[in-house]
Amino acid sequence: MSPDLLKLIFGRLGFESLPLHEPIVVGTFAVVALGGAALLGGLTYFRLWGYLWREWFTTVDHKRIGIMYMILGIVMLLRGFADALMMRGQQMLAFGGSEGYLNAHHYDQVFTAHGVIMIFFVAMPLVTGLMNYVVPLQIGARDVSFPFLNNFSFWMTVGGAVLVMASLFIGEFARTGWLAYPPLSNIGYSPDVGVDYYIWALQVAGVGTTLSGINLICTIVKLRCPGMTMMKMPVFTWTSLCTNILIVASFPVLTVVLALLSLDRYVGTNFFTNDFGGSPMMYVNLIWIWGHPEVYILVLPAFGIFSEVTSTFSGKRLFGYTSMVYATVVITILSYLVWLHHFFTMGSGASVNSFFGITTMIISIPTGAKMFNWLFTMYRGRIRYELPMMWTIAFMLTFVVGGMTGVLLAVPPADFVLHNSLFLIAHFHNVIIGGVVFGAFAGINYWFPKAFGFKLDPFWGKMSFWFWVTGFYLAFMPLYVLGLMGVTRRLRVFDDPSLQIWFVIAAIGALFVFIGILSMLMQFAVSLLKREQLKDVTGDPWDARTLEWATSSPPPDYNFAFTPVVHDNDAWWDMKKRGYQRPLTGFRPIHMPSSTGTGVILAGLATAMGFGLIWYIWWLAAVSFVAMLVVGIGHTFNYHRDFDIPAEDVIRTEDARTKLLAGAK
Amino acid sequence: MTVAVNPTQTGEPLFYLADEHPHPEGYSTSLGFWIYLMSDCLIFAILFATFGVLGANYAAGPAPKDLFDLNLVAVNTSMLLLSSITYGFAMLTMQQNKVAQTQIWLAITGLFGLAFIGIELTEFAHMIHEGATPQRSAFLSAFFTLVGTHGLHVSCGLIWLVTLMVQVGKFGLIEANRRRLMCLSMFWHFLDVVWIGVFTFVYLLGVLR
Repeated sequence: MSPDLLKLIFGRLGFESLPLHEPIVVGTFAVVALGGAALLGGLTYFRLWGYLWREWFTTVDHKRIGIMYMILGIVMLLRGFADALMMRGQQMLAFGGSEGYLNAHHYDQVFTAHGVIMIFFVAMPLVTGLMNYVVPLQIGARDVSFPFLNNFSFWMTVGGAVLVMASLFIGEFARTGWLAYPPLSNIGYSPDVGVDYYIWALQVAGVGTTLSGINLICTIVKLRCPGMTMMKMPVFTWTSLCTNILIVASFPVLTVVLALLSLDRYVGTNFFTNDFGGSPMMYVNLIWIWGHPEVYILVLPAFGIFSEVTSTFSGKRLFGYTSMVYATVVITILSYLVWLHHFFTMGSGASVNSFFGITTMIISIPTGAKMFNWLFTMYRGRIRYELPMMWTIAFMLTFVVGGMTGVLLAVPPADFVLHNSLFLIAHFHNVIIGGVVFGAFAGINYWFPKAFGFKLDPFWGKMSFWFWVTGFYLAFMPLYVLGLMGVTRRLRVFDDPSLQIWFVIAAIGALFVFIGILSMLMQFAVSLLKREQLKDVTGDPWDARTLEWATSSPPPDYNFAFTPVVHDNDAWWDMKKRGYQRPLTGFRPIHMPSSTGTGVILAGLATAMGFGLIWYIWWLAAVSFVAMLVVGIGHTFNYHRDFDIPAEDVIRTEDARTKLLAGAK
Repeated sequence: MTVAVNPTQTGEPLFYLADEHPHPEGYSTSLGFWIYLMSDCLIFAILFATFGVLGANYAAGPAPKDLFDLNLVAVNTSMLLLSSITYGFAMLTMQQNKVAQTQIWLAITGLFGLAFIGIELTEFAHMIHEGATPQRSAFLSAFFTLVGTHGLHVSCGLIWLVTLMVQVGKFGLIEANRRRLMCLSMFWHFLDVVWIGVFTFVYLLGVLR
């Protein structure tokens, strides 16, 4: 075939795009391909495709979508953590003239992919998954406001993850760092597909995130059960509300800034170029106007989880509910007033830097108030050190350290010294791992019995806990030291041999975390095998306080046979204290949304369009775009999107639970 | 829906609704659509901010004074404003349940929208022909992107309008279609408001600068 025709069909894609010269990538590909083939073969052999498609992929049930988000987050955690191990290994070895084992081209992709994956495809899915699962249950609703949109949002997130994963084996990923600052990310300095993968993965996933934000805001505002006024909402629901407001108010900024970068790259405009009047610092400002709220998007739900866990396992009402709510709201607002602290060195002058330094320090006040609220909740409580509570304690200790180094970095003169150093890396891992990741693990251990009807195995849970926590300190405390000594981030090789010992300690820490992750996978496997011993039939294994524990575990499709009525902050606790009797008769048909495959199809087309745009395969991009329009519009011609669960089915489900409960007593 | 949540007359607290009615279809739609519009508004806010920062960086290229024909823009603006009025008429006739008249007003709205897009494209073609391309300077990049994004929104609105006309023709002014027409109405007026901003800040202030 002629080169022109090949170019028309395949764009920039050719055999030379496959990274066959990188043995590490080829090895990884072999493992992934074998594993993937085994998985697909297994699914086909056991005839599970139909089941998966009908019950999971096309579901609009917020609980199943929540579980799928969690699975996505955990799978991507393995990929993101593999990148982390590779970096730790490289930095440990590359001393005394050694080049390590990663060349610059590969190493730069690894640190970029690590950041992008961990934020967008690990932390976000874990947080969104927990919110999706828990919020409707906590507010006594049957589903979210827009169930189809929820399914679509999830698959768009998956589409983004697929593009990032594809970049490992087809072409390459960005070599720019996780925020892809221009001019480096512009076409002149990054002419290959890496940055395009970055852009389209985030655009596709970003649409999903924004829509899911709108969805959850509506759910919380409109679908709360009778009696649940705003100031009677559980704290996790409050933090979810604030997080989703932040999502809706910040992700469009990311969308625009990435769109402008793609115009620069594809069309040749001059937004962020060095010449023709462009301004690279405009990009840096805009992306951090999204980026700073993003860190609160991640950590606020974690704060909510810790609030639920602390009060449940201390056997006490949460101390200072009102102050907790106001602290959350204040953090939400302040998170928009601090973005410039990410680049004090821009040269904006003392007044601007002071303003942003002070607003940053002010954020520590509501955060500190939360910390004291948790402490006072525990004070004179009857504390049960189960796994969720252990993660919470580890969070409180770790997050305070990370918070304090954050306040230190908020001082502009100090930041001029520490900017771009490993001290910063240590700081944000300190708050993201100590806050978001520990929060997600507390949440997983806390709500797992709700989702599956059996508790997680405590032995492997504790293994995971101790390896994670000690591993974290071993891995990141040395980075504080190195940062104070002036070592900058993203370096591939080192000259000064005296630094090596710190990198060795950090690598050992990363290995500890690796064992922690393996223990967690082991915990899931062991719990699944021992599910009969770990079984909980009450639906309330922790003697908890909020509404999600009022229904069975796992909850029925319709969540609650009758919509609950709430009189107190701790609604379920109140019901238990006042002798609530579960209704046994009078069940009625329940109106529920129907499943649909449209979300999967639309997200698949969006991913194909992204792939076409990345590789300049214009026909693919155009065809998928038109197909998206057709499928999307076609979907609006379907006016019958709901059905009724017949009363008999409700009766059967509820009678089964009655029997179980009677057996438990 | 208001429900008495106080203890019932017997003194027993009420913990669930025995007599429950599902939320009506589209219960959250208007709130959801408002929130979507606000997120879209943020997209325009960032584009305005970008134009504000980069809008004077001509890079020795043409400036607004050399490019903008205010008469043409005034005609264009009137097209969009008139389309908003006619959409309002469509909503009024919808309230009176008059399918044919609603369809006519919707069609007129669509024609005004089409005229707006046509004039905008003519303007763009003219500028590009004169060498004032989006690549020429940061000012022109920001100009084409801001105005073009608005135009793209109007185009999406037109596709949506046609879709709804088909659906109204097929299924009549049923509740779901009324809700959809209401959403498009909000979208259409929102684009009008954004255009007022574009007209003022990009064109009028641009020529003054």
